[in-house]
Amino acid sequence: MQGNVFGLVYTGESSMQLRDLTYSRSVAAVPFAGRYRCIDFVLSSLVNTGISNVGVIAQKNYHSLMDHLGSGKEWELHRKRDGLFILPPFVTHDNTGIYKGTLDAYRSVLGYIRRSSQRYVILTGSHTVFNTTFHKMIEQHIQTGADITIMYNEVPLEHNDDQFDELRLDVDETGRVQDLQLNPYRPTSFHSACDVFMLEKTLLEYLIEEAVSHGFTDFIRDVLLKKVHTLKIYGWRYDGYIGCLSSIASYFTHNMNILTRQVRDDLFNPDHPIYTKVKDEVPAHYLPGAKTRNSLIADGCVVDGEVDSCVLFRGVKVGKGVKLSNCLVLQGCDIQEGCELDYVILDKGCTVHSGCRLAGYDKFPVIIRKGSSI
Amino acid sequence: MIKKKIIAMLLAGGQGSRLSVLTNRIAKPAMPFGGRYRIIDFPLSNCANSDIDTVGVLTQYEPMELNGYIGTGQAWDLDRNSGGVFVLPPYISGSRGEWYSGTANAIYQNIAFIDRYDPEYVLILSGDHIYRMDYAQMLARHVESNADATIAVRGVPIEEAHRFGIMNTDAEGNIIEFEEKPRAPKSNKASMGIYIFSWEQLRQYLIADEATPDSENDFGQNIIPAMLRDKRRMIAYEFKSYWKDVGTIQSLWEANMDIIAEPPLLDLSGKFFNDREWRIFSKSPIMPPHYVGPQASIERSIITEGCEIDGTVTHSVIFAGVTVEPEAEVIDSVLLPGARVQRGAHVRKAIIGENSVVGEAATVGAARQPGDGDYDTSLTGDITLIASGTEIAAGSHVPVGMIVNTGLYGGKQKEA
Repeated sequence: MQGNVFGLVYTGESSMQLRDLTYSRSVAAVPFAGRYRCIDFVLSSLVNTGISNVGVIAQKNYHSLMDHLGSGKEWELHRKRDGLFILPPFVTHDNTGIYKGTLDAYRSVLGYIRRSSQRYVILTGSHTVFNTTFHKMIEQHIQTGADITIMYNEVPLEHNDDQFDELRLDVDETGRVQDLQLNPYRPTSFHSACDVFMLEKTLLEYLIEEAVSHGFTDFIRDVLLKKVHTLKIYGWRYDGYIGCLSSIASYFTHNMNILTRQVRDDLFNPDHPIYTKVKDEVPAHYLPGAKTRNSLIADGCVVDGEVDSCVLFRGVKVGKGVKLSNCLVLQGCDIQEGCELDYVILDKGCTVHSGCRLAGYDKFPVIIRKGSSI
Repeated sequence: MIKKKIIAMLLAGGQGSRLSVLTNRIAKPAMPFGGRYRIIDFPLSNCANSDIDTVGVLTQYEPMELNGYIGTGQAWDLDRNSGGVFVLPPYISGSRGEWYSGTANAIYQNIAFIDRYDPEYVLILSGDHIYRMDYAQMLARHVESNADATIAVRGVPIEEAHRFGIMNTDAEGNIIEFEEKPRAPKSNKASMGIYIFSWEQLRQYLIADEATPDSENDFGQNIIPAMLRDKRRMIAYEFKSYWKDVGTIQSLWEANMDIIAEPPLLDLSGKFFNDREWRIFSKSPIMPPHYVGPQASIERSIITEGCEIDGTVTHSVIFAGVTVEPEAEVIDSVLLPGARVQRGAHVRKAIIGENSVVGEAATVGAARQPGDGDYDTSLTGDITLIASGTEIAAGSHVPVGMIVNTGLYGGKQKEA
């Protein structure tokens, strides 16, 4: 059945809450877990389901996204039949190039949607991190005869994960969605959507055309919320790990959660691996001064100082006498001798000169913009 | 077929019997090295970085692993429309067919392959050395000297020269004599087994050599001496950087240790591995970054993707997907991909094969005890060797220099 499904990934999510991390890149291209970008997880999940036709809607700042995806060969999406389609905005007489919402974006790629030969489509965002295959979701969708199936997980009623654009579902005992609420002030449901929707392609085409003709722009707000009682919408419950990277706080938390074995085992299940762009980095090198505890270390790092409860991305240098705790250090940073950093997020290519001390707080990590020199 | 200026032929046929059980099921070039590489990554990356886009890999021993590893050549950018990397096993043609009987014979049997690209030059490589070399420079020397053959040589200590094939040269670097393992060496220039030939010439010599009944069909024994007899223009190309033959247990272990030496002889963050314009490419294991646990202690080591380290790792080379459990200790060792050292186990100066397990509280590489009996350490010296896929039972004792072959080891079954 999975041969009859294609994927459509929207990468234009609001990036205001990720602040400096999205200064020069789209949310989809935000680095995660030492060597990945956010989009790797949803893309790998689609590919591991056996889906070989994936469209990626790019919006703004998509240079690093395109550089990362390339021809799609790392995800085995460099195909003669189907494969990876990067769909950047383009300006025509009825297209400004800036999407006013997901629906507006789907409208502008209707040509791609129409050309896709598969019967079903899975719509996803790009900043929700999980590792699964959609076989069971597809099976349930067909077996329930649903118009739309929404993937959801269970969350605390009032969870303080700094969620934005959060969609809560009221699901009855049969799995059918009775009500949907977007960013409820006082949530009444424990079920939160994971930004994955499955429906028939022809229904999607109809919904887009119909909503656009009424001047609507957002798929969730203008289609799902309005049609929750007329469409047969089902929820597909997912119990694995979900990380929604919608703010600096949640970005920090979900990266740090990888230091927990259960989260690591779930996100990096070897039965369905996460693919990413291969950089041919050398192995990490631990020098005599290295003291490393409870950390995730990527290839290419050179460690000669103390690293405690950190995630070091590729090619990070930790100098002699450095004390690093609770930090996320992105690719290629250079932390020189004797620095002390606590609760700091260093974006790509930062240099911290000898003897610097920086400290943040767990709910408010210090974030240093890409390429800074301190 | 588009004509090529040069193509490379990589002799990867070696069984590598001196590597003992490590090459039980894999050809020597497929042997893992340096944390995330295999030996063949070095010549293949050298080719890719030297703009040689057509490589024939000649193999006839346990080709499965090597074939699977090379795949389409994508990892080395050698998936090309015209050219690329080809695995070339011996085959039957008409009613004739035979194994490769020597290095020259292997190339002879693939004359048709080389002719397809109609190259001006052919680069002959072997698949058991660790080095980083710009073949384009060597080719430039070959072309500007108008040579028929160019042989890469490196200086070895004169007292060791008797173990190598030695090139005696005149002042201009022309080779005037070749001596295989001479008793009284006249020079210290050892052949590295890297040759560039002008294809037209080599082709004739290969055909003539094949027609010589008592020839060993070997480059060093037959082809080079024959060309010297004919006064062909042959020059030595001197190479001065790191180069290591990893054909023995001792040298394989040493070359791995060279990476973590202080200062490193093979520098991970220096020119050898970390030149952005000259990467050593390898196939990605597709694993997450490694995790270092709360009780772990790691120093003077290299560690790569997919590892979970909770114990102590000192002065060791750890490959992808290795697990070192709490209270386990690994010192001066090489842990190949997927190896697992369980709680409380001790591993000292050992090479642990792929996916092998060292059971709880077992000791590998421990001092000999009276009950250990006699075993052969001629291949290993003081390095203990655990073959791929071997399980060392909990609490068992593997003394220094022992070779443990596949299966369960501990108590009942001992194989040396």
